[in-house]
Amino acid sequence: MFSHIRTIWLTFLHLFKRHVTIQYPEEKIRLRPRWRGRIVLTKDPDGGERCVGCYLCAVACPVDCIALQATEDENGRRYPEFFRINFSRCIFCGYCEDACPTYAIQLIPDFEMGEYNRQNLVFEKEDLLINSQGKYPGYNFYKVAGMDAGVKQKGEGENEDAPVDVHSLMP
Amino acid sequence: MTVMQHVWIVLGVLFVLLNIAAGLIWVERRMLAMWQDRLGPNRAGPLGILIVLADTLKLFFKEDWIPPFADKWVFIVAPAVVVGSVLMSFVIIPFTPQIIVSDLNVGILFFLAMSSLGVYSIVLGGWASNNKYSLLGAMRGASQMIAYEVFMGLSLMGVVMLTGSFKLGDIVNAQKDMWFVVKQPLGLILFFIAGIAETHRLPFDIPEAESELVAGYHSEYSGMKFGMFFIGEYLGITLISAVTVTMFFGGWLGWSFLPPWAWFFLKTFAFILFFILLRASLPRPRYDQLMETGWKILLPLALANLMITGAVALLIRG
Repeated sequence: MFSHIRTIWLTFLHLFKRHVTIQYPEEKIRLRPRWRGRIVLTKDPDGGERCVGCYLCAVACPVDCIALQATEDENGRRYPEFFRINFSRCIFCGYCEDACPTYAIQLIPDFEMGEYNRQNLVFEKEDLLINSQGKYPGYNFYKVAGMDAGVKQKGEGENEDAPVDVHSLMP
Repeated sequence: MTVMQHVWIVLGVLFVLLNIAAGLIWVERRMLAMWQDRLGPNRAGPLGILIVLADTLKLFFKEDWIPPFADKWVFIVAPAVVVGSVLMSFVIIPFTPQIIVSDLNVGILFFLAMSSLGVYSIVLGGWASNNKYSLLGAMRGASQMIAYEVFMGLSLMGVVMLTGSFKLGDIVNAQKDMWFVVKQPLGLILFFIAGIAETHRLPFDIPEAESELVAGYHSEYSGMKFGMFFIGEYLGITLISAVTVTMFFGGWLGWSFLPPWAWFFLKTFAFILFFILLRASLPRPRYDQLMETGWKILLPLALANLMITGAVALLIRG
């Protein structure tokens, strides 16, 4: 009996508490920077695509929503010929971001992706590419890679020694 | 008073009551939301008050479906009975010394009789639906009504004894010096508990019990027929609040900076809010627990209250 009265009183006190409702369209929720939302493809500091078409994201994807085809330009730099994410399948698990060796594919805090037509949820490369470096500014895979893909000469990369002349390595 | 004045009072009371019943849709949803740290309906109109209009329109445009297995005429009449009987009870409520439809000399008895009639709506509705859940709800409604009706009347008799009159006007006037809540606190508590059971409000919404019986006695109802049950429930809340105020909290009496009707409505509204607060805070008891409390605890308490009040009244009068 006493606990009932206490319950009523405690409920009454909630009248003076702040409401927890966020009035969504007018009032946006604050999402954390690492919140897993829409998937984007980022660019390196020089404006080139970071994606090297290694297929690791497509392999890691548990729902197989990523499809891509790798190709090379005349300098031997790999890039995806097409890159397609079917967001009607995507479960925003972020495995693709974990798998990516070049920080190219990233999940950003944006969830407002409502569409009337299911087909509109299939994003092509031009929809996915953003003109930004995302969460990892200053990183350029081809600057630290050993190969010359038109970004830097062999041996001129960061923390990279000059190539060794193998003929001078005689015992 | 002339005939026209009586007609105006009746129409005015009907207008105000039905608007209050409709407005309670909004009040209840907003207040429930506040007590649950939410906002409630706040889109349509200022503070969402037009939700009332939207809800009513929605009810009107719903398919008014009578199940083929239902007893058609009883099914149609049942929802009207509850609204009718509750509105009839308001006849004896003195809103102010002047605004009262009829100050019957059996006022309280009339109120008790009319509010008991309300159970016919539940029983008939549940029976005519020809559906096991509805029937279970109706049976629960009937037995709950019997259990609680008994001590509802008895809990008011203390007040009647102290006043020596069944007229509500006299009862209010007898509270000029001291509200009856001071002399009859147990009577108030018992009456209020019975009132909750009478209106089938949470926590005593056993006949409805949506988590057990779909929607209880009105499972099969839709559209405005369901709306009538709904309005009947809100009118019932208003009625019980108004009677509580009249019997225990001095009705229209109050300090003179507000007119009598304002005092009456303020007090009544406070009790309506308390009804909603109860809904927000208390869980529904089991059916047998409800019956047991009614018969084994509350009825003896009401009788004891009556006996002690009678003894004290006798002693004082010598």
